[in-house]
Amino acid sequence: MKAAPQAEPLQPASLPGMAPPPKYKRYAGWIVLIAILIACSIRTEVTPYQLITGLPQMGSLLAEMFPPDWSYLPTIWAPMMETVQIAVLGTSLGALLAIPVALLSASNLRVSRSVSLPVRMVLNLVRTIPDLLFAAIFVAVLGIGPFAGMLALVFFSFGIIAKLTFEAIEAIDPGPLEAMSAVGGNRLQIIRYAVIPQALPYFMSYLLYTFEVNVRAAAVLGLVGAGGIGLLLDRSLGLFRYDRACIIILLTLVIVLIIDYGSALIRRRLL
Amino acid sequence: MNRRTSLPPSGTPVSAGSALRSRIRFGLITLVVIAVYWWSIQGMHFEGIQGTAGTVSKSILTGFLHPDWSFVYIPDGEDLLRGLLDTLVISVLGTVVAAVVCIPFAFWASSNMSRGLALSGSGKLVLSVIRVFPEIIVAILFIKAVGPGSFAGVLALGIHSVGMLGKLYSETIESIDRGPQEALIASGANRLQVLRYAVLPQVIPQFLSYSLYRFEINIRSATTLGLVGAGGIGTPLIFALQVRNWNRVGIILLGIIVLVILTDLVSGWVRRKII
Repeated sequence: MKAAPQAEPLQPASLPGMAPPPKYKRYAGWIVLIAILIACSIRTEVTPYQLITGLPQMGSLLAEMFPPDWSYLPTIWAPMMETVQIAVLGTSLGALLAIPVALLSASNLRVSRSVSLPVRMVLNLVRTIPDLLFAAIFVAVLGIGPFAGMLALVFFSFGIIAKLTFEAIEAIDPGPLEAMSAVGGNRLQIIRYAVIPQALPYFMSYLLYTFEVNVRAAAVLGLVGAGGIGLLLDRSLGLFRYDRACIIILLTLVIVLIIDYGSALIRRRLL
Repeated sequence: MNRRTSLPPSGTPVSAGSALRSRIRFGLITLVVIAVYWWSIQGMHFEGIQGTAGTVSKSILTGFLHPDWSFVYIPDGEDLLRGLLDTLVISVLGTVVAAVVCIPFAFWASSNMSRGLALSGSGKLVLSVIRVFPEIIVAILFIKAVGPGSFAGVLALGIHSVGMLGKLYSETIESIDRGPQEALIASGANRLQVLRYAVLPQVIPQFLSYSLYRFEINIRSATTLGLVGAGGIGTPLIFALQVRNWNRVGIILLGIIVLVILTDLVSGWVRRKII
């Protein structure tokens, strides 16, 4: 199965030297692409013309958003903090769940394939479901509130962190592993003294990265009723209070930027 | 937390001062972490699992085990295949719009193409501001502007992806080999010719690869756009969830999983062909 692209904080390997494909192949590629595009725009009735005529409407919407309603700020502060709290707990619990699964799916820890293959398959399945879908389902099961949002993020971050971590474990230096098993260390000792010291910085870095993703996700969870600031955004937009929506979006931006900055700072020190 | 860094490098004697300092630092970090969790748990005010949760979970499980196969294809009307097709189409269009629109932004933001750090820095700033808006919020704004439907979804995915793709593109441009460029300038080529023969051949394969990668992300996002009314499979899903039609929810989720896995496979295959 292909690695999911969703959670790759690292850049793909740089481009190797390549020979250009023959000309007819390149033209064929472009023709196929254009044919697909035409088919798509017929299907959705999306045309460049519509794009241009839609722009003035967008402009008038933006005009209505300013000036933002600053007096709304105290009201949205608590839901905003709830958003961050959902993200903190969701990420941490997801990461806790991810640890044993990552250890079970890493191929260099000599877990039998009858265990690691099904575990990986479940992981791949979990990762195909977007966070908002999890949230919508948990809201239906547990009722409206931040707890449903947190559970959604637990599953979502579990998928990302487990996958990134088991790949990091597979990439560790095999030296300490072999040394530990040569001197007769059991599996727990190998994990404690050979795997954890090498994989922990990566794990922490992925945890923080997922936290950044989750703060953004938590900000929109409220749209399906899963707590956080999204509920107020939905309400403001429904009442056509664009000035209030604007202040909500601005506050979200500021909080996200602060968290991104702090997390990037810590991540740079970890790796 | 990261205890490894508190160990001195091998060979140097441990001085009492640095050991104490690292221990204090470790203690402080632990305190901060505990405080953050304490604060977070305060906000959760968990009301306990509802009495109905058991029966609801059971009906969900039976719903997932007995998906509503009749929903897959309905000759006239909204069915699973049409919803999935719309989702696919929205993400194709959104990705292509973004892949084209972000090119000027990428050249603006890359330090070896723009004159001066101020110019490329401003480009990077614009891209990161675009990137911060979650696509769902962008989608809601577009729904207000152009009405609900696929069009709003395409615009939302397009705008959001510009921020991300523009950043990746500009990093690609910054990492190109300067040799061909200097050779062309030395032989008297103008800026357009340099762009055409020195820059583009180096960046196009990577651009395509990033766009495909973005497409894989966008297909996931496109499945949720419908939850707020921006077209695609999310719309029937939210209706099915609201009326608690779990058999239908089951078949829709199954459809989404199959669609995502298939697009990942196809896109991975194309990417390997390109690079």
